[in-house]
Amino acid sequence: MPSIAKPPIRHPALPVNELGLAERDYEGAMSTLCAGCGHDAVTAAIVRALWEVAVPPHMVVKLSGIGCSAKTTAYFLRGAHGFNGVHGRMAPLATGVGAANSDLLLIGISGDGDSLSIGIGHLVHLIRRNLRMIYVIENNGVYGLTKGQLSASADVGSTSSKGTPGVIQPVDPMLLGLSLGATFLARGFSGDKAQLVPILKAATAHRGLALIDVISPCVSFNDHEGSTKSYRFTREHDVQVTTTDFVEPRPELLTAIGPVGITDLTLHDGTRVRARALPEGYDPGDRDAVGAYLREAHDRGEVATGILYVDPSRPTLHELLRVVPRPLAGLPYADLCPGAAELERFGES
Amino acid sequence: MPPTDTTNPDWYHRVVDCQWACPAHTDVPQYIRLIGQGRYADAYLLNRETNVFPGVLGRTCDRPCEPACRRSRVDGTAVAICRLKRVAADLRGELAGRLPRAPERRNGKRVACVGAGPASLSVASDLLPLGYEVVIHERHPLPGGLMRTSIPAFRLPEAVLDEEIRFILDMGAEVRYGSPVASLRRLLAEGYDAVFIGSGAPRGKDLDLPGRAEGGRIHIGLDWLQSVAFGHVTGIGERVLVIGVGNTAMDCCRTARRLGGTDVKVVARRPRAFFKASDWELEDAEEEGIDILTELAPRRFVVEGGRLLGVEFDRLAWDEGARASTVMGSELLPCDDVILAVGQEAAFPWIERDLGVELGRWDLPVVDRTTLQSTLPGVFFGGDAAFGPLNIIWAVEHGHQAAISIDNHCRGVGVDERPAPRVGLRSMDMGLAQWSYHNEYNPSKRQRMEHVAMVRRFAALSVEVELGFAPEQSAREVGRCLNCDIQTVLVPELCIECDACIDVCPVRCLTITAGADEPELRGRLSAPTLHPDEPLFVSTPLPQTGRVMVKDEDLCVHCGLCAERCPTAAWRMERLELSLPRAGGVWSPDPGSAGAGTDPAAHAAAPLPGVAQR
Repeated sequence: MPSIAKPPIRHPALPVNELGLAERDYEGAMSTLCAGCGHDAVTAAIVRALWEVAVPPHMVVKLSGIGCSAKTTAYFLRGAHGFNGVHGRMAPLATGVGAANSDLLLIGISGDGDSLSIGIGHLVHLIRRNLRMIYVIENNGVYGLTKGQLSASADVGSTSSKGTPGVIQPVDPMLLGLSLGATFLARGFSGDKAQLVPILKAATAHRGLALIDVISPCVSFNDHEGSTKSYRFTREHDVQVTTTDFVEPRPELLTAIGPVGITDLTLHDGTRVRARALPEGYDPGDRDAVGAYLREAHDRGEVATGILYVDPSRPTLHELLRVVPRPLAGLPYADLCPGAAELERFGES
Repeated sequence: MPPTDTTNPDWYHRVVDCQWACPAHTDVPQYIRLIGQGRYADAYLLNRETNVFPGVLGRTCDRPCEPACRRSRVDGTAVAICRLKRVAADLRGELAGRLPRAPERRNGKRVACVGAGPASLSVASDLLPLGYEVVIHERHPLPGGLMRTSIPAFRLPEAVLDEEIRFILDMGAEVRYGSPVASLRRLLAEGYDAVFIGSGAPRGKDLDLPGRAEGGRIHIGLDWLQSVAFGHVTGIGERVLVIGVGNTAMDCCRTARRLGGTDVKVVARRPRAFFKASDWELEDAEEEGIDILTELAPRRFVVEGGRLLGVEFDRLAWDEGARASTVMGSELLPCDDVILAVGQEAAFPWIERDLGVELGRWDLPVVDRTTLQSTLPGVFFGGDAAFGPLNIIWAVEHGHQAAISIDNHCRGVGVDERPAPRVGLRSMDMGLAQWSYHNEYNPSKRQRMEHVAMVRRFAALSVEVELGFAPEQSAREVGRCLNCDIQTVLVPELCIECDACIDVCPVRCLTITAGADEPELRGRLSAPTLHPDEPLFVSTPLPQTGRVMVKDEDLCVHCGLCAERCPTAAWRMERLELSLPRAGGVWSPDPGSAGAGTDPAAHAAAPLPGVAQR
């Protein structure tokens, strides 16, 4: 436990966003994770991103399951709604929340255990459904809460803290997403907020499921020499496939000149995500090419980061099911449940 | 920017704003913590090591520490450092056996001090425990200098002053009361090994204006306060004008209020923003119903038949910055008494000009700022006598420095060969997320000093106006201290750049970024620079990316969370332990010892090993 909560005193000259809120208004409780946990830096990146895009805190729902990652929803946005479910079941919870109130911004925080082991079945179907939410996997390759066993995302050859190497093929959530028709796939690194914050901001504007795999080192059990999810390994093998500038829809500042290698992706609300492809010819809209690139990069021992794939065209869950535009939670009871007579008429028709 | 050299003794010292600003470098955060622990006697003794008169200064200090206090940058008001000092003095109880004593065997050296004010008393306080024989020549019948003669009893009770002076004199100083030094030549001829002149700048300035020579009740502030202190003056007219607006003017007007003045006005030449008096002294005077009139320059005293009727003033209009003025008209202020508080001047009619003690501008002696030695080796100056009017805490610090010089001089060591301060860092880490100090930020506001009710205040001159802090006030005020002496110390080689410290810092002191020059770095800080004078700490390149850790020390509240959330102990919380040079060695603070910072060796009854051989 930390000795004290973060003191309330603030730097007096910090800016406020258009809601009049300071960045610290997007913080939550004091973290009780291990000192230096990558998850705390992810939390800070979320705070920063949500503050920058000025999301009203009461319009956010934070969702999680079980694990170190699942604790982190307590550490940001104390003014938001939240629901901590059982292990691996954040995806169905989110589906229910999203179904009932499509106005809310859903932020699910999960880990490699919660999402890629016990909860992988739910994740698969969430991706298929393309529910509008931000789904962050804080990926550290180990089960930290149970003292550091290798997880389903641990690379072959990456060792546990006792030195035992992984021998089973890892699950790559990005490749999993590609194969299932995911519409927004990105990978970040907790140690690089300059990249992670714009990714998160872009995710807030995506109308479907934004799946973000964040390499978030476990300082206690997986930050050692033989690990491929350590701070040092990630820094040394990080290949930024795309760098992300988040261009807000309001003022149009772009010139007509489009430098070669830059792809602008326009999201439904007019927001543009500008992906600057660093490897020559990388196209974050070409699903087959992205899949091939990610497999090759992994084989080269690289950690490909950035916004890897975006498809803004596919319909979302509500569109697929032709749900009324007004959130179900806001419908008058008489409309939502028209009564026995209406049911009978429906049965007869 | 090059990496910060934290081995420079000044680096961490400067972070402790109060201690850095204090002329005597009193270890303020440590004594405040001791007060918080109820260790009042320890806090008092720690104070006494540097400032010698905690009870006096806890009421009267000029407080250079408070404008410097980091808390004033963080929440707008400084910690009430001075008043906490008084808490330690008020509650310390008996100090039996804990005060320094002189050794039974003297070292055979004799030192004369001129004047029994704070400077000379500090010299005596440092030299007596080393075995020196100290002879103090004092023209008044009582010791204390300006502390007694110019600070009225309602601000400083006599008993407090007497006791703190007695602590020094009881070590065996010889004081020759009622014996003004009339000739330095004769004093030198008495064969002292060194002479220290701490006779103050005791002459209040006069105003040579028309009417001054025609009689009437016109008093020179310092002389008048002195007469009140010794009981020669017990009353004053109802209408009193005090001319001048320094702290002496404040003491004059408030004293006049107690001696029968009902309509007391202070008259200043310049606008309020340019007053010399401290804000709190002005407030205390105004609270007592004293009017402060500005932009009036005295032109003449209106005296008829030897009776003062009033003073005629020019009404002035000042330019911006109050450098030049034009006369806009005149104003006559009727009064019964005038007190002149327009400054002080040094005067050394008793120093023969052929002795080698050179006197320079304004009749002030030519004195080395570090050694305090005059142009005649073996003759030293300190306090207001050295550089003109300063304050008590400067006089005390001069005393410490002069004592080092005198000790060197008497041992045949060059006065320039001064011991250097020693800097140590002591870990505050007591285990996982446990610190040996209160790291929680206390949001309390500065506590207000309660004053005696108006109706009782004027009953006698000796009714002390400030009541001191109540225990709960004292506890809150202690909590406001930000523990600036507990430093954030970085070991850059250990940093893995996980950002934990940066994310957890409540005031966003920290930044990890590529190295650059200072303007560029300041532009990239996590929070904007508010005070460009506050230095940036810049680390050596960090191991993983070669970037640097930058800390803007300005608003750091020393909560220790950066160190607590650091997985590799790259950040540490370590207390700065500054060992100040003293006559006879280096004094070193040790909060664990019974003496609360007293180095037992420095004040043992037996002489120091080095001293015995002298």
